[in-house]
Amino acid sequence: MKKKVKVVTGPKRPLRWYLHHDWQLWVMLLPAMIYIFIFAYVPMYGVQLAFRDYNFSSGIYGGKWVGFKYFKQYFESPMFFTTIRNTFVISALSIALGFPAPIILAMIINQLRFKRWKKTLQTTVYIPYFISTVVLVSMLNILLAYKGGVINDLLKTLHLIPQKLNLLTNASAFVWVYVLSGIWQSAGWNSIIYLAALSSVDTQLYDACKIDGANRWQTMIHIDLPVLVPTIVILLIMSMGNILNVGFDKIFLMQQSGNLSASQVISTYVYDVAIKSGQFSFGSAVGLFSNIINFIFLMATNQIAKKLTGTGLM
Amino acid sequence: MTGEKARKKTSNTIRERHASDRVFSAVVIILSIAIFITIAYPLWFVVIASISDSNLVNQGKVILWPRGINFYGFSQILKDSRIAIGYRNTIIYVVVGTALNLIVTLPAAYALSRPDFKPRNAVMLYFVFTMYFSGGLVPLYMTVQALHLISTPWIMILMLLVNTYNLIIARTFMQNSIPNDLYEAAQLDGCSHFKFLLKVVLPLSKAIISVEMLYYAVYHWNDYFTALLYNSKNQYEPLQIVLRRILLLNEAYANGNGGVQGGYGQRSADQVKYAVIIVSTVPILCVYPFVQKYFEKGVMIGAVKG
Repeated sequence: MKKKVKVVTGPKRPLRWYLHHDWQLWVMLLPAMIYIFIFAYVPMYGVQLAFRDYNFSSGIYGGKWVGFKYFKQYFESPMFFTTIRNTFVISALSIALGFPAPIILAMIINQLRFKRWKKTLQTTVYIPYFISTVVLVSMLNILLAYKGGVINDLLKTLHLIPQKLNLLTNASAFVWVYVLSGIWQSAGWNSIIYLAALSSVDTQLYDACKIDGANRWQTMIHIDLPVLVPTIVILLIMSMGNILNVGFDKIFLMQQSGNLSASQVISTYVYDVAIKSGQFSFGSAVGLFSNIINFIFLMATNQIAKKLTGTGLM
Repeated sequence: MTGEKARKKTSNTIRERHASDRVFSAVVIILSIAIFITIAYPLWFVVIASISDSNLVNQGKVILWPRGINFYGFSQILKDSRIAIGYRNTIIYVVVGTALNLIVTLPAAYALSRPDFKPRNAVMLYFVFTMYFSGGLVPLYMTVQALHLISTPWIMILMLLVNTYNLIIARTFMQNSIPNDLYEAAQLDGCSHFKFLLKVVLPLSKAIISVEMLYYAVYHWNDYFTALLYNSKNQYEPLQIVLRRILLLNEAYANGNGGVQGGYGQRSADQVKYAVIIVSTVPILCVYPFVQKYFEKGVMIGAVKG
């Protein structure tokens, strides 16, 4: 990669001039580049594990080539459909509900007229972002418990639900608990960027609206919302590109034997087969498969967004 | 349209606007109160449950205010050596880890922000590519194993030395806020890149340094995955792993530690859990007011180029 650049950028000056001229900058870059090399590019070279029969004695690069054996094994296993479906369902619902939530929140906060209440609300909605995943999941376990969980008790007392809900060990409730608690935790934090965009609106536009007789709802829809569109597009592309990248942390902690049929996603499955049962080659194959799908998704959404809106990531 | 008609129309629409706007304001306020309760109540409940009588909590009698106040949960935590060790380890990982993160990220970001550094786009690609494609869990695990870092405290720090996203926002900030004239003037005075970075760029980059610090520190504080995967020694466990043992695996009373936890009944174990949640979350919330003013800045810098 380096070589190519030197040829492209320095046709008039000799290579040595550049090395000499920029040596200090190279020194500054070196630690970061070495780190990335070891922790990102070396493992990338290691993906060949997915095409080899790993055995402990011959090491990573010593196993026999087996081609697509482990990919086939994954495609033919019953877990293929389960993991893909769960990953897609969780991602899709996270995006469908989790993506609009901070936008709506930001618009509501932006409409508040009492300064102090606005400030209080903002400070409060940011707090959950700072709760660690372990603590969040244990809060869910305590608060949503069937027996003695305060949320169940409260909803029952207020007659909002006919009977107590089994939210923690039930496969069909899992995805909802996952997505809604995710919104609870991060909608506030994610709204910051939209709030910042809203604060940049030219106040003259609001005055113009007033003169034209628009009410506040119309002003919000015709002034505020269009201001947010570029931000929305970029963030949407980014989240679409990560559709198969459902975070490991929270799902892993929320997994219980009762909800496994809905909570086993690709990343947790890789952990189970590779780290827990030691099937390294099979685990690499599954991981590589999901990486490739992700990559394709990202490129595709990026291309589509470029065509449609003229804004893309790359 | 005559002047009078126009005036009449305007006053009509103004009146209409007032009526519909009053409804609108009411809806906004009701929604904002609902949001506030949804976010704040679970947090408040944990606080009151941690100092209330567990029996009353389990019977659903503790709803708004603590009842049967006692500090049994907190007093038990003070005796639990696992939490102390976890705390100590996490603080070390957060402080050393974040310091190293900054030492590595900021100079690299500076180098990439220099417009006269010709290979910078290629180097950028070298970093950015890893955001979109990775070898996956297993090859990474093998690499760490080959480096003999398994079950050492080092892996807890080295696992994330540079985050590409953080590198990009630091670079973008420096690119946009450090005028190039400044560098040219310094260069005329014979100032090297090192000196320029230390004496000019870093003092002018306080905002981005705080943001980076916040991002990296929160990452290290929350990180349990690294320890779950690469560490099996109790003495190196970060707080989050200890929390997982106590809160999720229920080891608090199943697995005694020096006779302290062995005696818990289910009842008091719950109170200990609430207290553990508070003890492990309060420090990060104490830092929060000091960094809040940087949130917006940080998020905006990040948004310039995602």
